[in-house]
Amino acid sequence: MDNFAILYENLLKFQWQDIVMILLGCLLIFLAIKKEMEPSLLLPMGLGTILVNIPGSTALVGPIQELYNAGIANELFPLLLFIGIGAMIDFGPLLTNPKLMLFGAAAQFGIFFTLCMARMFFPEIDAASIAIIGAADGPTSIAVANTLGSQYVGAITVAAYSYMALVPIIQPPVIKALTTKKERMIRMPYEQKSVSKTTRIMFPIIITVVASAIVPDATALIGFLMFGNLIRECGVLNSLSDTAQNVLANLITIFLGISVSFNMVADKFLKVDTLLIMGLGLIAFIVDTAGGVLFAKLINVFSKKKINPMIGAAGISAFPMSGRIVHKMGLAEDPQNHLLMHSIGVNVSGQIASVIAGGIILSMFGG
Amino acid sequence: MFFNTLSDTIGFGEAGITAALGYAVVFFGLILLMFVVVLVGKSFTASAKKPAPVTEAPKETPAPATAPGSAGQLKLHNVEPKTAAMLMAIVANKMNKPINELRFISIKEVTE
Repeated sequence: MDNFAILYENLLKFQWQDIVMILLGCLLIFLAIKKEMEPSLLLPMGLGTILVNIPGSTALVGPIQELYNAGIANELFPLLLFIGIGAMIDFGPLLTNPKLMLFGAAAQFGIFFTLCMARMFFPEIDAASIAIIGAADGPTSIAVANTLGSQYVGAITVAAYSYMALVPIIQPPVIKALTTKKERMIRMPYEQKSVSKTTRIMFPIIITVVASAIVPDATALIGFLMFGNLIRECGVLNSLSDTAQNVLANLITIFLGISVSFNMVADKFLKVDTLLIMGLGLIAFIVDTAGGVLFAKLINVFSKKKINPMIGAAGISAFPMSGRIVHKMGLAEDPQNHLLMHSIGVNVSGQIASVIAGGIILSMFGG
Repeated sequence: MFFNTLSDTIGFGEAGITAALGYAVVFFGLILLMFVVVLVGKSFTASAKKPAPVTEAPKETPAPATAPGSAGQLKLHNVEPKTAAMLMAIVANKMNKPINELRFISIKEVTE
């Protein structure tokens, strides 16, 4: 009889919080498969959430904890993922028009606005970690939250990746609310300029040196991102570039997703604070978008050559979704208005700006 | 709950100043990077132009029309610019290479 009890003993250990977390894991898997919301990350995260919330799970104190310690606690996975991201990015549109970098900076407004908001409810370390959701950049959010030692890494990661996937839903209403039809129809002819190979090779090196000199805390983030880009642009490592863009990025995403779930245990996640973090994350994305659009409108006040203010919204880093959305919105207003090259240029500058912003947050609030 | 931490928080004003400072540094960093990229781009363009030998170009018959945005390199022979753009896009797609890494010399319509 005692032996028979072993069979149901563990079932009795289930608490309602575990069930809620397992359902949350199922929801993440559903969103990944059915809604295609960042499936490469939300799916492993969903299954990981289920694994770590089964009472007595050998996955939590075991492989998932080991993966967490090996790749997230020391920020290795986000950095390795940055190599892949860097190899995927073509900085050509930005190099042909470096002024687009300003829009990338403008669209980081949400980070600092959210920092003020979050500071009213959370201690500074957590407020800073929550604010970085506005970077719209998953690896940066994980790296910053983890380096600062926030207790909300799980919630921050879920918020960051969920809102990145929801960019096509979040951004258009904000852009429309802040622009007139006439502004959205402003055409921006693209002058194709050739960028020399030397410039393309020098760009990642220069960005690494200059950005790291300004914000030393961003050195690792910017360095790995630009290392990936250097592999892409050097022209002699095509095989490595291909590996970084595909195999490496995919492998790290699998490990990142499943090991982030280490923080998705009920007692850490099921708090009112989590809802507050989700709300603040949404505010960060909205204010980022508004910051970019309003900055472009401000430039238009002083500039003779008008800019379509929608491109400012692409500065939120979520690459390449944000750039594509702006392009589609431009086409919806005027089928001949092709904004893609401008919006992608702003989008990649947002990637650099978000890493720099992450470094600034680290230098302000890190030990 | 978060109310417990309120005593640990700073005022909205102080947080605002910190945030404004951080935002200003992001702008400063990006402006600096922008200038560096512009300067580097210009210096490489200038150095690329310098060594060009000054030789008198032989007189030729008028060149065919060039495609818009091609920086005068791509010659079009009886081909509409729109068609040329489409062909270049198809070639780039088939070769699985970014279009800006390919060099098109000329596009000619072959008629039987």
